[in-house]
Amino acid sequence: MEKVYVVGGGATKIDEHWDLSLRDLMVQASERAINDAGIEKRDIEAIYVGNMSSGPLQGQEHLGSLISTWLGIPGVSAYKVEAACASGGVALHSAFTSVASGLYDCVLVVGVEKMSDAITSDLTSALIMADDQEYVAFTGASFVGLNALVYRAYMERYHVKQEDIALFAVHDHKYGVNNPYAQFRKEIKLETILSSPLVADPIRLFECAPVGDGAAALILCNEKKVRTLKHGSLIELAGSAVATDALSINYREDILTLKATRVAFERALKMAGIERKDVDLIEVHDAFTILGVIHLEDLGYARKGEGWRLVKEGEIEIDGKIPTNTMGGLKARGHPVGATGIYQVLEVLMQLRGEAGKNQVNEAEIGLAQNVGGLGGTVTVNLLRKVR
Amino acid sequence: MKTNNEVGIAGYGAYVPLYRIRDEEIARVWGRERSRVPIIEKSVPGMDEDSLTMAVEAGLNALRRAEIEANRIGVVFVGSESPPYAVKPSATVIAEALGIGPKIVAVDMEFACRAGTTAMQSVIGMVSSGMIEAGMAIGTDTAQGRPSDELEYTAAAGAAAFILIRKSKKTLAFFEGSYSYVTDTPDFWRREGERFPHHAFRFTGKPAYFRHIYEASKGLMEELGLKPSDFDHVVFHQPNVKFPLEMAKMLGFDKEQIELGLLSGEIGNTYAAASLIGFANVLDHAKPGERILVASFGSGAGSDAFSVVVQDAIEERRELAPKVRDYVMRKINVDYSIYSRFRENIKMR
Repeated sequence: MEKVYVVGGGATKIDEHWDLSLRDLMVQASERAINDAGIEKRDIEAIYVGNMSSGPLQGQEHLGSLISTWLGIPGVSAYKVEAACASGGVALHSAFTSVASGLYDCVLVVGVEKMSDAITSDLTSALIMADDQEYVAFTGASFVGLNALVYRAYMERYHVKQEDIALFAVHDHKYGVNNPYAQFRKEIKLETILSSPLVADPIRLFECAPVGDGAAALILCNEKKVRTLKHGSLIELAGSAVATDALSINYREDILTLKATRVAFERALKMAGIERKDVDLIEVHDAFTILGVIHLEDLGYARKGEGWRLVKEGEIEIDGKIPTNTMGGLKARGHPVGATGIYQVLEVLMQLRGEAGKNQVNEAEIGLAQNVGGLGGTVTVNLLRKVR
Repeated sequence: MKTNNEVGIAGYGAYVPLYRIRDEEIARVWGRERSRVPIIEKSVPGMDEDSLTMAVEAGLNALRRAEIEANRIGVVFVGSESPPYAVKPSATVIAEALGIGPKIVAVDMEFACRAGTTAMQSVIGMVSSGMIEAGMAIGTDTAQGRPSDELEYTAAAGAAAFILIRKSKKTLAFFEGSYSYVTDTPDFWRREGERFPHHAFRFTGKPAYFRHIYEASKGLMEELGLKPSDFDHVVFHQPNVKFPLEMAKMLGFDKEQIELGLLSGEIGNTYAAASLIGFANVLDHAKPGERILVASFGSGAGSDAFSVVVQDAIEERRELAPKVRDYVMRKINVDYSIYSRFRENIKMR
């Protein structure tokens, strides 16, 4: 297997981009990544587009051909990869395998989602397509509703108070302030979160990742191509794994564990030849505060029922035991579904390059991004290592 | 846009129906948190009222203040999105009821909540050019909001009428200029045959309401060489309380400048009448020499902005008809059941 490097990244700010279409977002992010990598468009041999809902929301599919056309490089291999909210992470994995296998020297992966234009009911219907339509979605369940079940079960089983879980959103906003791509660049207080409107009991509005539009892109290369580039720092995509679990929580042994997180993390560690303790920072998929807490546990940084303690005790701060969501996470950076997995890796890239500004984790050498599809039906873990 | 000949306001009048429903009562019915509602209460038209009857009430008040004979009025333009008839003009009925016509120009105008100010702008042009001596512009609506929809908490009823003539010592205020800004922005609509309108949620904010009022107001100030501090009062279209306050802040106006013209918290969003009733309330209180900025907003979308200077004659003549505050204070609160009956939301067969 060839070594794979992340040699460029770019994104749009996540926002309500009323004046930018799906293709505008994709093209802007891709061009920024291409410029950042210092390559030419013609160097790109394949494009992988991570996106979940362009069909139901924009009436647009066939995104591979769309982006090759609008980037001005028709002829290139290009297609869309879909795995619900993990579409970005899975697209990156596909790009990784294509370079690692030796098939391509240089590829582009771009995640994109445009959600602001959709009316709420259409958006809710589109998002629940991530679960089982025949057995779950048809009952009228929504994603926030399913997460509310998990939240309630967690509080009851482990005797944890909501204010301890909701702290995850306070944490995210603290770091979103310094992220130029973040949708919300301001801090919020715990009281504000707990008094925000109830969405699905017990989940409050400010515990949910927001709706937004955005695209993020990365350029991957092999050793041969890297030698032609003049980069000061060099970051390797040292481990990339995808794992699946039963699609719906009703098939799982335990609804408070996302088994796919454990499996994907172990695979990525093994591939990179490192151990958990070597990881300097993590980006987790906290679509809701409760998920942030559960991810810390499933990744092995806390025992079950105790993930919230890491947040409360400052262990996920940039100078803590395991710096987490150092650029705002899903809550503050935003969650344009199919793009999220790429934004996360872009943020790890910024950290390892030492470009995270006020949020910089000192001497960060290894970082990972965990991207979740549905309620854990798919989890990807992409692990970056600084080579120089 | 400046006129060749200066145009002033001879008379103005407003009307707000007697009934109110509190937003917390609407929230109670639909299971919404009662503290999370956009306004305190909104006006509700009675069973025998529609946009046409309210326009007549407002028109009568305008005639009382103008002290001119109805037959001197050469044009009646009515802006509304809730005419009783889809085909058959309101303007003719209103004109006859007010004793205006028949040798006049009369027509209905539609541009969502902007229609009233566009009617005013059109009358300004006809008066200035000398086509007519005096003209009446009306904004009137009994706005529709689908039960349980966000709009139901604000969609209200009211009317305002303005009689315009050439500027003289007798006019109550005069127009310094106007400015319009329109784009194809589908933020809110109601198609043929539909009873309730649709809206595009957050798209109605920044790209629609805020963009258009900002551009029209900014454009007007630039054209006239004025800045926010040159105005004593500012009135914006008011779909709720939050939007106009934010708009004022964005343009550099302070709370004191917008206070007098902001009534949506007490009477709701009266659509085509909203900015005009706010304007009427400012005229009810303003001192001669004060300058007022009025900017409407209509979905679809567009905004008209006007700069108006108050004249001496206002002091006496504003007393000749009921003021906006009289209508706001005169009220009977109804519960959701009575409201549903008045709004014909109960299906009888």
